[in-house]
Amino acid sequence: MAHLLDVENLQTEFHTSEGVVKAVNGISYTLEEGGILGIVGESGSGKSVSVLSLLKLLPQPPALIKDGAATFDGRDLLAMTDKEIRAVRGNEIAIIFQDPMTSLNPIMKIGKQIGEALELHMGMNESDARQRTIELLNHVGIPMAEQRIDQYPHQLSGGMRQRVMIALGLSCNPRLLIADEPTTALDVTIQAQIIALVRGLQEETGMAVIWITHDLGVIAGLADQVIVMYSGYVVEYAAVDDLFENPRHPYTLGLLSSLPEMGDDETEELQTIRGTPPDLINLPPGCPFAPRCDYVIERCLAENPPLTTVQNPADPGVEGQTAHLAACWVNVDTGQAR
Amino acid sequence: MNTKPPSPTTLSDASASEASKFEGILNGSDAQELVESQGFWRTTWRRLLRHPVGRIGLVIVVILVIMALFAPLLSPYDPNAIDFTNRFSPPTFAHPMGTDDFGRDTLSRILYGARISLMVGVIAVGIAGSVGTFLGMVSGYTSRRWLDETIMRGMDILFAFPAILLAIAIMAALGKGVANAMVAIGLVYIPIFARIARGAVLSVRNEEYVKAARALGTPSYVILPRHLLPNAMAPLIVEVSLSLAFAILAEAALSFFGLGTQPPDPSWGRMLSEGRAYFQQSFWMALFPGLAIMFSVMGFNFLGDGLRDALDPKMKQVLEAKNR
Repeated sequence: MAHLLDVENLQTEFHTSEGVVKAVNGISYTLEEGGILGIVGESGSGKSVSVLSLLKLLPQPPALIKDGAATFDGRDLLAMTDKEIRAVRGNEIAIIFQDPMTSLNPIMKIGKQIGEALELHMGMNESDARQRTIELLNHVGIPMAEQRIDQYPHQLSGGMRQRVMIALGLSCNPRLLIADEPTTALDVTIQAQIIALVRGLQEETGMAVIWITHDLGVIAGLADQVIVMYSGYVVEYAAVDDLFENPRHPYTLGLLSSLPEMGDDETEELQTIRGTPPDLINLPPGCPFAPRCDYVIERCLAENPPLTTVQNPADPGVEGQTAHLAACWVNVDTGQAR
Repeated sequence: MNTKPPSPTTLSDASASEASKFEGILNGSDAQELVESQGFWRTTWRRLLRHPVGRIGLVIVVILVIMALFAPLLSPYDPNAIDFTNRFSPPTFAHPMGTDDFGRDTLSRILYGARISLMVGVIAVGIAGSVGTFLGMVSGYTSRRWLDETIMRGMDILFAFPAILLAIAIMAALGKGVANAMVAIGLVYIPIFARIARGAVLSVRNEEYVKAARALGTPSYVILPRHLLPNAMAPLIVEVSLSLAFAILAEAALSFFGLGTQPPDPSWGRMLSEGRAYFQQSFWMALFPGLAIMFSVMGFNFLGDGLRDALDPKMKQVLEAKNR
């Protein structure tokens, strides 16, 4: 399969009055046509910024894409002019945002908002766009789409609005759908519905999906590949099963052990990762995770480990399996330097 | 400024409780029923009618508009008809507001004067509102710092002069006449609209739905009028009403100085200045035009106040809570 998206050494900074915030520090990943990539990380790890950079959706200044290339279908997104990138946005790459409460224009009927994209990219006239909008709303599971189309966002519930956002994202049959924490603002039952919906639509249309979340549980049931981000670095990059069975980075380990498990002893305290993420203006010289890491060795404080292929003793070299990459000086099984 | 009209809502999603947090109303059993929403404008209109001061303002403005539209039908005399047998007539049944030094009927002149006042007001505010709003929105939305700075510093320079003085200076450059008065008043009020529009755009430009529209590939020239302007509209509407009051007053002032409306056209400001000379013997010549100016300025101000509260009920509740 061909690479649909090839991100190489993406670096994004924010120039603020306090200093330069290094939000994304040279991340690289590839996404196959029809693949689902999960990006996991806590707040401020650069996961949203990294995808917003791809579509040049960050206000520049203060944001600055310092370096990198993002080849989408043979074209470098980062080198595109405003006009070229506008033709890609919403059309070939669609994005769904976190908060469906605020992502819809409160004083525009939802049909008009979806129609806008259709008229813009597909050159549809108003009645065709309306017809297609009703189809889309039906498709994402909104009952009585014919009536809903003339409603305002405040008349819909949160889950409904996220469905509208998904319909909006799908309106122009994108090849890549970026979902930026689309379920974070929803309650758990609706989360499951939305995930199932996106999964079904992905299987049906064959589009690729980048799913950004801080919830490893969501990723487990959805993604093929996972990137774990910390302080703007990719710290681990692996196939989803690999990551859960055999995490190679202490941060990933920490994230996994901080998940509550079904059947856990109720009196047992939930594991946390001690400390807080580093200040992105003054990143420490070594590994950014070192101050919080239980496996820390001297080298960690001096040198930032590169992302390298790690030994995968569980199932070495399975056909089609992508390499398991991690950025750590330590073998987490032995606690010894590699 | 995303005022959400409170309206009964329907929910068919499983997240009924989710939405109820935002709507407060839940029509329990039949969750599938769709309820017709009350439009934003209708809600605003109803709130305005309930607003005690706004209602008075609305009535005055409506009377003013009727006066202006139907002046030929309502006037008992030709406003410019000179009748030397009837100079300085005090208010009588034949001349309810008396006559002036040429024997012209004051009531008729006031009715026709409403036309000029309103026309100058509407056109001047039209100029100020459209140019100012455009500049302010561009200034607020652009990510180019120099463009924002250039526009707003230009506005600051205009703002630095007292409005009426600047209008007089512009009139001096353009020459006398009612058309030039409109341009001058319009220019003077551009900065107010620019500032309000910029502030309103700044408050909504980082909303998620603007980001979402950009993520859909919508170009700026569509985002500005379609997503930003309507959401930034409320303070601008209020300012239109308040500026109409200022513009009417400014026109009266310019005409009072002999710069605006030229004789024999009936302008309230002009009538006031003519009446001033005879104030001790025939006060009605100045009194009635003065009252006309006062009531119309008051009317637009009241209407503006009412609109402000009607368009932003949350702010009003906050203020009331504070005063309590």
